[in-house]
Amino acid sequence: MMSIFPNLLNGAVITLQLLVVSMFFGLIIGLIFAILRVNKNPIINKFAYGYSYFFRGTPLLVQLYLIYYGLANIELLRNSLFWVIIKEPYWCAIIAFSLNTGAYTSEILRSAFQTIKKGYVEAAQSLGVTKKITFYRIQLPIAIKQSLPAYGNEIILMLKGTSLASVITIMDLMGEARKVNVLTFKPFEAFVTAGIIYLFITFIIHNIIRYLEKKYGFQT
Amino acid sequence: MNKFKTFGLGIIISFFIVLSANAGSIKIGTEGAYPPWNSKDAAGNLNGFEVDLAKALCEIMKHNCTIVEQDWDGMIPALTSKKFDAIMAGMSITSERLKTINFSQGYADEVASLAVMKGSSIENINTPEGINLNIGGSDVDKALKTLTSSLSGKTVCTQIGTIHQNFLESGDVGKINLKTYKTQDEVNLDLTNGRCDVALAAAVAFTDYAEKSGKAVVLTGPTFSGGAFGNGVGVGIRKGDSKLLNEFNAAIDKARDDGIISKLAIKWFGFDASM
Repeated sequence: MMSIFPNLLNGAVITLQLLVVSMFFGLIIGLIFAILRVNKNPIINKFAYGYSYFFRGTPLLVQLYLIYYGLANIELLRNSLFWVIIKEPYWCAIIAFSLNTGAYTSEILRSAFQTIKKGYVEAAQSLGVTKKITFYRIQLPIAIKQSLPAYGNEIILMLKGTSLASVITIMDLMGEARKVNVLTFKPFEAFVTAGIIYLFITFIIHNIIRYLEKKYGFQT
Repeated sequence: MNKFKTFGLGIIISFFIVLSANAGSIKIGTEGAYPPWNSKDAAGNLNGFEVDLAKALCEIMKHNCTIVEQDWDGMIPALTSKKFDAIMAGMSITSERLKTINFSQGYADEVASLAVMKGSSIENINTPEGINLNIGGSDVDKALKTLTSSLSGKTVCTQIGTIHQNFLESGDVGKINLKTYKTQDEVNLDLTNGRCDVALAAAVAFTDYAEKSGKAVVLTGPTFSGGAFGNGVGVGIRKGDSKLLNEFNAAIDKARDDGIISKLAIKWFGFDASM
């Protein structure tokens, strides 16, 4: 069992990379779309809703296949500059994961926006603070603080989601575990060890989020 | 309370039905994704050379057989954990696999080959038509050297857990950029998409795909046999299950003598791959 450990750890590094990079892009996408979602303009609003509806309504595996095999099937795209990115399984995974987690993040932030008490906004307005400043200095920070617990869940869900990367040839933790399985024909050892490593990563994420919640969490 | 009793009884009865349906029958696992060895038709029914052969062998053994589908990378663990009793999935007999399971005598053999898209820079590799790694010798060494330089820096794709992966990792063709896939379908897709420069699999897997998809996939380099490529394809059976092993061996003898294997091979491969 010890001999497979280094291989799996190499895989875990890739898993963490996928997670961190896609959470970073996902957060930016989520923020933008959450702001679009609370916009009063119905076209902008519907567009943002459509995006989150599609990415939350279809399995991540389908999205991954669509981006990796689907886009690669379009000859126009294969001959374009984008092929440099689409050709690499790593970037396909990052795109799929970012868009997926971005959709969930936008929903988490939107619901946080909508639970902000009217009193805060009214208090700002009565003091003559502009709408723009009210949004960026009062509503947005409160929304981010309020969504911390739900966002922590999303990070953990995404960590587990990254295991799908192995189906498009990425040797992440799951990919390495599968390799050990086909080489040794011992699925139990391979997948139990991988499971323990996933659990350990979850444990760390969970504690970081708890710390952040305690320090910055929004108390009402 | 009465509802619970009926429910419990229902469960017990269905349990016995399941048990009795399994009595006296054997289950054979196949991948259903490696045409023409084994595949699925548009309606999702399993077909292919090994599906036909399994039915013929079961008829000879007078067993009631069910053929079940199993992903390639879980094939041997599924056998050892008794999900089914025999593997017929284009699985070559290799010393690595013999450590975990037994094999019947080989029933068919077929060479492996590299494939590229038409117009590739390595569409023509100057090697003999076929090399047998068991024989070795200067011709084989020379061919491997030519292959090493042709494949250097190329992305080579193959299915995970196959003899083809073993060969590519053996160092016989030097250091390559190896990518492994769950199924041969995905290898074929990425070969035509251009993510793979070259792929390695059973030669018929490529010719079958080229024919059915109309894509310009062409074979290149020598055909491979022997060495890492194993000694033919046999029925995988759990260690200790010697009764079933003997039955399969006898049935394969009979099927070979009656010309059944040859007939099926010609039907599915277009040539006689029986052994």
